[in-house]
Amino acid sequence: MAEITLVDAVNLALARALADDPDVVVFGEDVGLNGGVFRATAGLQQRFGAERVFDTPLSEALIGGLCVGMAAQGLKPVGEIQFMGFVYPCIDQLVNHASRLRNRTQGRLTCPMVLRTPHGAGIRAPEHHSEATEAMLAHIPGLRVVIPSTPERAYGLLLAAIRDPDPVVFLEPTRIYRAAKAEVEDSGEALPLDVAFVVRDGRDVTLVSWGAMVRDTLEAADQLAAEGIEAEVIDLATLKPYDEKTVLESVARTGRCVVVHEAARTGGFGAEIAALIAERALLSLLAPVARVTGYDTIIPLPRLERQYMPSVERIATAARRTCNFAGSN
Amino acid sequence: MDTMAEQALEVIATFEVERRGYLGIDGKPLRCLPAFAGDRDLVVSLYRAMVLARAFDMKAVSLQRTGRLGTYATSLGQEAVAVGVASAMAEHDVLIPSYRDNAALLWRGVAIEDILLFWGGDERGNRGSGPVQDLPFCIPVGSQAPHAAGVGYALKYRKQNHVAVCLLGDGATSKGDVYEAMNFAGVAKLPVVFVVNNNQWAISVPVAQQTAAQTLAQKAIAAGFSGEQADGNDVIAVRAAVDEAIAAARAGEGPRLIEALTYRLGDHTTSDDASRYRPPQEVEQRWKAEPIARLRNYLVARMNWSKAEEEEIARACGEQVDAAIERYLATPPRRAETMFDHLYATMPPVYAWQRDEAEANDG
Repeated sequence: MAEITLVDAVNLALARALADDPDVVVFGEDVGLNGGVFRATAGLQQRFGAERVFDTPLSEALIGGLCVGMAAQGLKPVGEIQFMGFVYPCIDQLVNHASRLRNRTQGRLTCPMVLRTPHGAGIRAPEHHSEATEAMLAHIPGLRVVIPSTPERAYGLLLAAIRDPDPVVFLEPTRIYRAAKAEVEDSGEALPLDVAFVVRDGRDVTLVSWGAMVRDTLEAADQLAAEGIEAEVIDLATLKPYDEKTVLESVARTGRCVVVHEAARTGGFGAEIAALIAERALLSLLAPVARVTGYDTIIPLPRLERQYMPSVERIATAARRTCNFAGSN
Repeated sequence: MDTMAEQALEVIATFEVERRGYLGIDGKPLRCLPAFAGDRDLVVSLYRAMVLARAFDMKAVSLQRTGRLGTYATSLGQEAVAVGVASAMAEHDVLIPSYRDNAALLWRGVAIEDILLFWGGDERGNRGSGPVQDLPFCIPVGSQAPHAAGVGYALKYRKQNHVAVCLLGDGATSKGDVYEAMNFAGVAKLPVVFVVNNNQWAISVPVAQQTAAQTLAQKAIAAGFSGEQADGNDVIAVRAAVDEAIAAARAGEGPRLIEALTYRLGDHTTSDDASRYRPPQEVEQRWKAEPIARLRNYLVARMNWSKAEEEEIARACGEQVDAAIERYLATPPRRAETMFDHLYATMPPVYAWQRDEAEANDG
């Protein structure tokens, strides 16, 4: 089996979904003949035709609304927003329509759509191309928000998202689109949504992350292991609704938790996890929950983006501090 | 001196916007009528639908004033638009309405008590006693236009010979997403008919402050398809214009836009007081052109219409609304925990305790 990148895995899942289900249509800006600016849809129009894989005009609100209208008709639209910084014109459609069509018609009409968009910084892209505003989306009732961290999970979770009967925002970590390769079998098997993945076992501290940051978190866990600290690493994978149980069970064992995300700190999704632990696992805690996040600044242009993003060192330092917390034991 | 510079520049495109009207204010034909205008049963059904819509509106306002209905938007004076549009649709076509299109929903078979239930604050009103494929009322102005494009794409993709019909207000034409939807409908030649109910007022802002364009119909031209104006207080004109647009869409000729010129005789909603921003003389003047009296005059002059028939329709519509109001008021309330029922296809277990809490707190 050949090893493929995360963006190849996205392509593979899209091709599989298109081949399996005639109701699946894929569209967005430059996704047709050009195959997408990141090549996520490369070859799909040639293979499945221009009715099923097509370019839209440069209209993000339209892309969101097309998804809703198509889904109301029972199609399974997969729309692409080219960069997360351009998702905002279509948030109206997500908040006011996609997330609530099922509820406002009491189940008569539903919205089985997927909106894909690249997520996060680290590719030295221009302004507005490095957004990580997943917490905004995860605040919306009725949506699912999913973000893979490996090629296998990109394939399995995207298939799950397309097959899901409700709207899913599928965030693709731009920084690791091509960072690592893995063997991905085109099995057509989806991974479960709403489930977190324990990607490393450990007894001393729980590190929770998602998207591109999972890689850095795992690297920090390797460093910590060399020092005798065994970190458990959780890839949250679905942020809405999220797998509280896996997080709580892990923290009950380790007594310590560090949440890592590249999005800004205040109101970031790490705050939700810290609140969950405070509410439901306070007495398990041996140290305060720590957050390693992007700063509460505008994500800087590329010359400073490395300093903005949580580094392996920042993650490891926070984990060490948590493990050495003076009040523990 | 270069004499060539004095030549006029080449005109590479010219556009026209037509206006359609069949009945004058007094109900007298202004020009040759479409064939359906000679079908007495059909014309009476249009008349009845407008009378029903107005009776419904008036009773809904009374319900609101007595605390038994939430904020409500009447279509007083605009009944011919929604009725003309809905009556031109086949049942399998798809209606994408705005919040002021009660009369279109009534024509499509939505139960009066369901419409009341929605405006009374209960999602069950959208369960769909009308065609299952129709979208529910859209409240964020203009955001339904991209849905119409999506529905139109699905209909075309499946090679169904059906048409998406999108109702918008004049204010909606100032929205970017409406243009995005029209633009794509033009590019992809989608079977979509956009109908702009130009009632001259977007709450307190008149059309002249929405756009410097001479017509709203011409906004279609920028999107690559034709737009026309119709007298929106002449149900014959609205029906004829939409008939033609739907036929063209069904024939694969792509979208069209119809700007129906009418006037909002009432307040924006029951929460509004239009006397704050528009002169009563203007409203009085506009009452002279209202659509129901106009069609009645046509029926009397051309269709041997009797006072008895008129009174019978008024009585029957009143009774129909009253009976529906009784059913509406007798609808048992929803329990609090049902707010979780249609959040997702299957409720995520992680929310179970919230549902339980809502249930426990609901007595």
